[in-house]
Amino acid sequence: MMKYKPLIFRLLENDKGGKYFIAILLLLMIVVPTCNLLIPESSVFYISTYVVTLLGKYLTYALLAISLDLVWGYLGILSLGHGAFFGLGGYAMGMYLMRQIGDRGVYGNPILPDFMVFLDYKELPWFWHGFDQFWLAMLMVFIVPGLLAFVFGWLAFRSRVTGVYLSIITQALTYALMLAFFRNDLGFGGNNGLTDFKEILGFDLQSDYTRNALFVCSAIAVALGYFICRFIVDSRLGSLITAIRDSEGRVRALGYRDEYIKLFVFVVSAMLAGVAGALYVPQVGIINPGEFSPINSIEMVIWVAMGGRGTLYGAALGAIVVNFAKTYFTAAAPEVWLFMLGGLFVVVTLFLPHGIIGAIKKISAMKSKKTKASVEAQKLNISN
Amino acid sequence: MKRLLTLSMFGLLFLNGLLANSLGAAEIKSDIDVMQSSFKLFSSKSFKDKTTAINSIADSGNPIAITVLEALLDGKLYYHKKNKDIIVIQDIGSKSYDLKNPITNFSLGEKTSKQLKKEYKKVGINNKLRGVLNEKLAALTIFSDDKKIRLSAARNMLKNPSSSTVDVLRKAVLQEKDAEVKELMSVCVAAADALSDDVETQLRAVNSLSGSLYPEIRLLLEDLNTKYTENSNVDKRILPAVQSALDSTKLKTGFYKQLENIFFGLSLGSVLLLAAVGLAITFGVMGVINMAHGEMLMLGAYTTFVIQQIMPNSIEYSLFVAIPAAFIVTGLIGIGIERGVIRFLYGRPLETLLATFGISLILQQAVRSVFSPLNRSVITPEWMSGSYEFNPALSLTYNRMYIVLFALLVLVGLMLLLKKTAFGLQMRAVTQNRNMAKAMGIRTGWVDSLTFGLGSGIAGIGGVALSQLTNVGPNLGQAYIVDSFMVVVFGGVGNLWGTFVGAMSLGVANKFLEPYAGAVLAKILVLIFIILFIQKYPRGMFALKGRLADN
Repeated sequence: MMKYKPLIFRLLENDKGGKYFIAILLLLMIVVPTCNLLIPESSVFYISTYVVTLLGKYLTYALLAISLDLVWGYLGILSLGHGAFFGLGGYAMGMYLMRQIGDRGVYGNPILPDFMVFLDYKELPWFWHGFDQFWLAMLMVFIVPGLLAFVFGWLAFRSRVTGVYLSIITQALTYALMLAFFRNDLGFGGNNGLTDFKEILGFDLQSDYTRNALFVCSAIAVALGYFICRFIVDSRLGSLITAIRDSEGRVRALGYRDEYIKLFVFVVSAMLAGVAGALYVPQVGIINPGEFSPINSIEMVIWVAMGGRGTLYGAALGAIVVNFAKTYFTAAAPEVWLFMLGGLFVVVTLFLPHGIIGAIKKISAMKSKKTKASVEAQKLNISN
Repeated sequence: MKRLLTLSMFGLLFLNGLLANSLGAAEIKSDIDVMQSSFKLFSSKSFKDKTTAINSIADSGNPIAITVLEALLDGKLYYHKKNKDIIVIQDIGSKSYDLKNPITNFSLGEKTSKQLKKEYKKVGINNKLRGVLNEKLAALTIFSDDKKIRLSAARNMLKNPSSSTVDVLRKAVLQEKDAEVKELMSVCVAAADALSDDVETQLRAVNSLSGSLYPEIRLLLEDLNTKYTENSNVDKRILPAVQSALDSTKLKTGFYKQLENIFFGLSLGSVLLLAAVGLAITFGVMGVINMAHGEMLMLGAYTTFVIQQIMPNSIEYSLFVAIPAAFIVTGLIGIGIERGVIRFLYGRPLETLLATFGISLILQQAVRSVFSPLNRSVITPEWMSGSYEFNPALSLTYNRMYIVLFALLVLVGLMLLLKKTAFGLQMRAVTQNRNMAKAMGIRTGWVDSLTFGLGSGIAGIGGVALSQLTNVGPNLGQAYIVDSFMVVVFGGVGNLWGTFVGAMSLGVANKFLEPYAGAVLAKILVLIFIILFIQKYPRGMFALKGRLADN
């Protein structure tokens, strides 16, 4: 009889990269809050709250990249509109945080957020009702992006829109959302977006404890997101998903309903992106329609490509590396950053088709070959 | 308008001067004598004296009279406190004025408003004088020998038809020979009649105004309509007459509004066409998604800017130099991109998308570093500015007309290139079957580079056109890239006709939705429409059929 093992361990059994990834996440979860809260500011090991928030932001990007890798790396759909799901999740969270402000806004209106008072709203629009409840807002973080992905995917996959065409209409989707959210009369604050948040679940957003808690939540979310995606791609469904990527027509010919499989993966991915957005907003303190811009969505793709698609942890790595570089260079040499990012796109597609992870694997494979070869050679020498 | 008037009057003055020299100097001389003697009366306090002066000046019929009387009406006529000389002032901004002798039109120097008030005093008028002045001015201008003056005089009267001016007009209509002026004058008369107290006159006038395109008439009819709807104790025939006239006017202006919309739509479509046609080539023919395409537009626009900087004295011709220059510059950059990057990525369309996006970022930043991130102003040549007025409800701007024309020329040129030249033949062969083309001895690598260069070059030309419509800045291209993709995807890949029809229909659809939904919502609706359209026709409107569609 087989010995029982928890699901998590079974998932990580053959996943060396995943083991490292989860280990690093666990380490961060412990080290970062400790260094921020327990170590005095004068110490070398002290991590400032700014850095904690920054790392938390990177982790939400990592979750977003994992969700994108699930559809691009495994399913073969290049979504240029994942920013839409990320943004929608962010807006759902932003609406909750907005309602939490209550009468502490500039205008002191207990029900209407500041921008609504400013824009002369008489009462709360219907879709804002209930967002003062945390559970509903969290539900919406899943439902809104999921529903959009479902409707969009239902239409697109059933009529077999594939490849470049699909990429372009996902781009159109996020572009249309951006234009819509820029409008003041949509009821989401127009181009200013939602900001000036005060607290979440009664905890002050500016306090160090809340920031660390949000960081830990982000790390947990990334880990959970990773496990969900790993579970999906390792399952029997996962084999079908990769089969669809490699030869969709053949899968269809074998009698599988590929459109439903694609729809399922797309919706799961959109929900994960929504969660990433929801965690992003309280840490950054603002959500505005710029998140929907097509450029942002394309940038997400380069994170995944940079890290190595089809590995999940590679995508997360790419997100963190690229964003770290972005933070560094936009501050140190802003005019160089776009050259760098642009160059990165070109270099990665030309020379690193499998990203950093792919390069590492290749090098280690070469090394092991070499060692094997040298061992063989030695053996031969000895026998001679 | 006023400037035009005075300008043409100076022309007249000059002509008159010539005539005076050769024919009868005495007549002009006497005019001026009359005027000068009347000018003395302006310094009088009595309005009666002023009326006499106005009358005698107006009766002289000399074009100078118009200048003087207009200045008087506008409160720009001053007299010197001591020697009673008359001057006309002209506001040149920042509280200073240019002083002019109205007869010789010589400038007497500039004065600040303080200095002016110290030496000169304004010729005051009252409401009664204003009435007299309006009447006399109308008479003077409406009988002028210059058609333009008459036309503008009648147009001015239309804005404010009052009974005193209309009496003059009635006479003028009978004398008028020019059909255009005559029509405008009779509209003016009818507008005044429509306000008359006599029911029969009013009815006739309202009926004759039915379907008039002048916005003033429309306002007048609307006013009448609300007035009579509220007030029921008037003749029963009037309200229906006003309503039917108003309906007919609305219908007609509505029709022209639609025509204007179509034109705007077509011009927007032409811009989209210029932006998208290059993309259609690279995307359709080569299966390459060029995200740097928008930057080619931008570089084309910047080339125009540079050309105008190089030849600042001949802006009029700069566009003719800029078009080939932009084609060459962007074409070469395109070939460079193809040789350097895209060549290695054939068959991996999604990755070309990423690589070219990277290139687009680099190009944008390069432009930002070289030209600064601010917008650059490209001058519109004289021959492209202004508009052509078909009728009062429809006038089309020249720059948009030229762009429609230009887009069509580019499209035709491109089609000829594809259908009639050896290069076009090779290009089509490579599109249809790369391996077979190779087997027939076509150097496919070459064809690829040239095709990519051609697509980029055409985007550059489109950039020249765009520089005449929008701001030229580093982000110019980004605004068009999504739209261009929509056009290509909507029209169907690999088909220039599809691109043409796609661009035009999207442009027109956008402009027609705008009045109902606003510009942004119209765009959103169009985007949603395309997303849904692709579901139904995954390969666009004009999809390639048969074997070609398999890849």
